[in-house]
Amino acid sequence: MIAIEYQNLCKQFPGASYLSVDHVNATVEEGELVTILGSSGCGKTTLLKMTNRLYEPTEGKVILFGEDISTVDPVVVRRRMGYVIQQVGLFPHMTIEDNIAAIPKILKWDKEKIDARVTELLELVGLDPDQFRTRYPSQLSGGQQQRVGLARALVTDPKIMLLDEPFGAIDAITRLNLQSELQRIHAGTKKTFLLVTHDILEAFKLGTRVMIMNGGKLLQFDTPQEIVRHPADEFVDTLIRSAKDQEEFWKEVM
Amino acid sequence: MLQSIAEYLSTHTAQILVQIRDHLLISLLALAAASLIGIVCGYFASRSGRAERWITLPFNVLRVVPSLAILVLLIPVIGTGVKSAVTALAILAVPPILINTVVGFRDVPDFMTECAAGIGMTPRETLWKVQVPQALPMIFAGMRTALVEVIASATLAAKIGAGGLGEIIFTGLGLNRADLLIIGGVAVAILSLGCGLLFDIATKKIIKWK
Repeated sequence: MIAIEYQNLCKQFPGASYLSVDHVNATVEEGELVTILGSSGCGKTTLLKMTNRLYEPTEGKVILFGEDISTVDPVVVRRRMGYVIQQVGLFPHMTIEDNIAAIPKILKWDKEKIDARVTELLELVGLDPDQFRTRYPSQLSGGQQQRVGLARALVTDPKIMLLDEPFGAIDAITRLNLQSELQRIHAGTKKTFLLVTHDILEAFKLGTRVMIMNGGKLLQFDTPQEIVRHPADEFVDTLIRSAKDQEEFWKEVM
Repeated sequence: MLQSIAEYLSTHTAQILVQIRDHLLISLLALAAASLIGIVCGYFASRSGRAERWITLPFNVLRVVPSLAILVLLIPVIGTGVKSAVTALAILAVPPILINTVVGFRDVPDFMTECAAGIGMTPRETLWKVQVPQALPMIFAGMRTALVEVIASATLAAKIGAGGLGEIIFTGLGLNRADLLIIGGVAVAILSLGCGLLFDIATKKIIKWK
């Protein structure tokens, strides 16, 4: 089953002379964890935001499970998907429990169902429910906040998860932990994950396949092994060599 | 002096209580009207720089006109009494509420509203569940400033026959009696500070996350 399909997708922002996303074609199978790698301004976040209609494409289509999303109400599209951002975006005036339950409350789930779901999700992301559910976001560390961000995105059991540099603002050690947790959560479901990152190691570690973007174009979309063995062009080659150079550096230091 | 103050307080207790009640009533009505105008206008003003300039301009111009002048100017339009007093005080109270409302809404980061949309809230849900609650502490701070200002200025209401503690002060001025000036002045000050304090307590009860 194809979960996500981009057909000739383009985005040109008003007043810009160039395309931020330039004729992207790609299909993602259900259950994949695809990472989108590129430096800032390469169009990776724009591509992600067109997937849940936060941005509208200038040209082309986004098709989710066979359905052209331009024909579906944006709110409905987004409620079918989980969304996690770098700034976490927890609502500071709501407790952890209320943050996770924000959409279920709008959907008028009954209280027992919400309580059970919050408990289940806090356990899934590795936070003790009794200790955390009544706290406010400002009382949590950055890593804990992003765990809650993940729980909130998972609450309606969406088939697709969109993650925009979820670990970008988190220290290196916590990031490693969270990456492993994300892999564990992904492995336990049939959900399709789309994760934007500028960290090449993160992209290759997490991705079952990796999209490499530059200047709005999708340069290569393949498994990490294939990309390393056969870089599509000079840019991808340079990218991989820079990562290898880093590895050399560590060997020298040790 | 102390003796005459004590004597006035004991002989005019009922009258003072009525004056306090009128004073509070005028002030709270003015605050309610100003809050309605200030918060609604402030929300729309926060949405663009141009809207903000056009909406805040008239209130800032009106604010410069002394309240006493507004009171007298309103007499031919609305007449004497409570209505005129409330209108004049509301005009005085709008700017702090308006400005704080603008700042409160502007301070909600763009990523927060985008994230609310991203997890599937409609624009209306985003407004009521995310933007308004986060702007509320600033709005309340503006209302508190306005409340203290209004209670102090409501003294002038007595000048146009709307009652309140100003009556004691104006009588004191007319009769050249310092004891009445002190009673009136201190009463207004206590009322103003006390209401500010009550407002703080209420704010703490409502906004638990700050």
